[in-house]
Amino acid sequence: MDLYTEGDPIADTRAPEGPIETRWERRRFSAKLVNPANRRKMTVIVVGTGLAGGSAAATLAEQGYRVKSYCYQDSPRRAHSIAAQGGINAAKNYRNDGDSVHRLFYDTVKGGDFRSRESNVHRLAEVSVNIIDQCVAQGVPFAREYGGLLDTRSFGGAQVQRTFYARGQTGQQLLLGAYQALERQIGLGNVEMNARHEMLELVVVDGKARGIVVRDLVTGEISTEMADAVVLASGGYGNVFYLSTNAKGCNVTATWRAHRKGAYFANPCYTQIHPTCIPVSGDHQSKLTLMSESLRNDGRVWVPKAKGDDRAPRDIPENERDYYLERIYPSFGNLVPRDIASRAAKNVCDEGRGVGPTKLGVYLDFADAINRLGRKAIEAKYGNLFEMYERITGEDPYEVPMRIYPAVHYTMGGLWVDYDLQSTIPGLFVIGEANFSDHGANRLGASALMQGLADGYFVLPATIANYLAAGPFEAIDASHPAAVQARHDVEDRITRLLAVDGDRTVDSFHRELGQIMWEHCGMERTEAGLRKAIDEIRALREQFWQRVRVPGDGEGLNQSLEKAGRVADFFELAELMCVDALHREESCGGHFRAEHQTPDGEAQRDDDRFAYVAAWEYTGTGEPAVLHKEDLKFEYVHPTQRSYK
Amino acid sequence: MNLTLRIWRQKGPEDKGRMVTYQVEDVSPDMSFLEMLDVLNERLILSGEEPVAFDHDCREGICGMCGLMINGDAHGPQRGTTACQLHMRQFSDGETIDIEPWRARAFPVIKDLVVNRNAFDKIIAAGGYITAPTGSAPEAHSTPVPKADADAAFESAACIGCGACVAACPNGSGMLFTAAKVTQLSLLPQGQPERYTRVIGMVDAHDEAGFGGCTNAGECTVVCPKGIPLNTIGRLNRDYLAATAKNGGKPGS
Repeated sequence: MDLYTEGDPIADTRAPEGPIETRWERRRFSAKLVNPANRRKMTVIVVGTGLAGGSAAATLAEQGYRVKSYCYQDSPRRAHSIAAQGGINAAKNYRNDGDSVHRLFYDTVKGGDFRSRESNVHRLAEVSVNIIDQCVAQGVPFAREYGGLLDTRSFGGAQVQRTFYARGQTGQQLLLGAYQALERQIGLGNVEMNARHEMLELVVVDGKARGIVVRDLVTGEISTEMADAVVLASGGYGNVFYLSTNAKGCNVTATWRAHRKGAYFANPCYTQIHPTCIPVSGDHQSKLTLMSESLRNDGRVWVPKAKGDDRAPRDIPENERDYYLERIYPSFGNLVPRDIASRAAKNVCDEGRGVGPTKLGVYLDFADAINRLGRKAIEAKYGNLFEMYERITGEDPYEVPMRIYPAVHYTMGGLWVDYDLQSTIPGLFVIGEANFSDHGANRLGASALMQGLADGYFVLPATIANYLAAGPFEAIDASHPAAVQARHDVEDRITRLLAVDGDRTVDSFHRELGQIMWEHCGMERTEAGLRKAIDEIRALREQFWQRVRVPGDGEGLNQSLEKAGRVADFFELAELMCVDALHREESCGGHFRAEHQTPDGEAQRDDDRFAYVAAWEYTGTGEPAVLHKEDLKFEYVHPTQRSYK
Repeated sequence: MNLTLRIWRQKGPEDKGRMVTYQVEDVSPDMSFLEMLDVLNERLILSGEEPVAFDHDCREGICGMCGLMINGDAHGPQRGTTACQLHMRQFSDGETIDIEPWRARAFPVIKDLVVNRNAFDKIIAAGGYITAPTGSAPEAHSTPVPKADADAAFESAACIGCGACVAACPNGSGMLFTAAKVTQLSLLPQGQPERYTRVIGMVDAHDEAGFGGCTNAGECTVVCPKGIPLNTIGRLNRDYLAATAKNGGKPGS
């Protein structure tokens, strides 16, 4: 295949050897420390203020570093972690139901379809318990039992109840906890906060990440900010599909710019399609809305047994309904992991048994739960979600079953990082959804919040010290040739985007790119489809640079210009995603290649050929990327055909 | 349906600004209000005009970024609903809709419908937190919290910081926003040590930022998309009074 070449494998992930239970402890002990007096002399840039970035910026500032924080929103409190609904996993075993650090580790490695790094996942499970303590101390109002202790519930891919939650707004409450800790540091003068700023380039000096170029979205001013280390916490790239559950502003620009500067991009084809979203209603649709996975605790998923059954759902008798998840996966039932639930929904719709006006939908029915527990109990658990559903669809889910369909939700791929969360560029650390690290080929529900906060509160602050112990590094300012060049590149790109002055809007290109990706690099992928997608993406990218119209200028607030820069980067990423999906001739987790399935339609891994992380090196737009493989070793959780039956 | 929109256009903070009329055709009742504005903007771009700048992000009613005065109501006619969650089925064919930015001294207009709400962050920075540096937390179950308190704290914590309360208030007061955070933290045992310094610090920051005082007009709670009740302000006042008494009768820190 001429689409990529293969380079040297990645030999060292810096994870300690030996018993997995003590790896993190040993790594922390071996990591160098920075004494408090020296911390004050060092500056760390943190891009993004979600769970990972907000918690990291606050914690680094508490430790005494000078922190500069950036976000594109008007306030750090608005980062998209705020929209996470269901909960956060932690191995507290408060339920006495057999949970443990090892079980959370096991479930997460298995849930990721054996494509994540054991060392990282074990650390995540260990740290999970500290996160709950930290958040409670901050005043996060988790749901509680009558005795005053914390409540938990079930989530997909687990048979224990380890998910802590704050109604359907867990992400909001955890983020506000981190945001408040961050604001405290801002108030104390330890963090310089730059809201409405977007990172557009990474500055690399002598092989080390030393700064970023940012655009002030209000004044249009471009500036270069230098530091001793740079942390990217800029989230995932689900918006490459145009329609996703991400916020409209979510983008890949920060990580893609770093990739272009030498940071490897790992497993870009691992995307999570969430099974329970409100279906698309028309061409005007600008985003998709998630209905929390927690609903599958009490809601039952079904479609009519017969094709083309157009009766109202309540008129379809029990024996003519197919509760297909309960039928196919009796031991996990409606709580199978997301990749499996999504594909099953697609399959029944492909069979012609989908429901709703577009026939791309399945029912999520609460009638049984309402009969069993009463409407009040359901209201208390899911009230805000039911209201949201009604506002969007105009239907009352207490009376008629919800209609749901899978939608792009999360991206497991991201910048490659070692065990210390450092990318292939020294001094560039990547945390939260922006890295590829802990979820393998499929993320379990309630694990994204866990990972974001684990990275930001506990992991990064320990590992970045090991890097900064060699600092402060040589003082450089914005006049350094590498910084001047980076700034020039940013200005040049803005000028080019504005100069095209064509006849199509940015959104029209983004929408078309999204359709290509959903069609060929979505829930099911084939070799022919991916090859076609790559051709189409390239052609559309050329069109974009010839025909896009970006009104206005670079001075001042220009939302079209912001979008244009982001979409330009999505075009480049989209191609790499397809190349990655094409090269991975197996199915695993969210990556389903139609050519590779078991006789009963489940994902068929090929561990002999593909038990590795695919880390891609950038060589130029439209040039073949270089593949570097990091072999995955499974010493504790033996890879098996994942079964939830 | 076909609609007439009258939208506030303002090039920048120094520009005087004015209402401009636009026609939008073929609006589907299933569109959200912001998707309807997307349609208008696509058309404006293709006809060589500047699109209307408006803030938005999650479009699912939780980030608090969007905020529009729609026919004089903050977030529009539907109660408990942000502008991004408002759907066009709430309007009828042929209607004229006025769309304006939040108007308040503490929220200066940046451009068109976009305002600067940085003052809210300053209020939080002045005390809207519990000091608990990372790593210092005790075991989560070491302090039980009565369920009723935890639930009430959650109700206040649901505030999304959108600023509708300020925009609706005749005094441009940010007291509901401030009180929501004060109430959440003062209901929890973890929030007690800083309870009284917090309320003084936050109210001072509120006043310094140019928000007006509360006169119990109650407009804030009506437009609040999360239904934060007016009695949270009563709680704030009670804590403020207690804090002042502890402070030897001096208001402020």
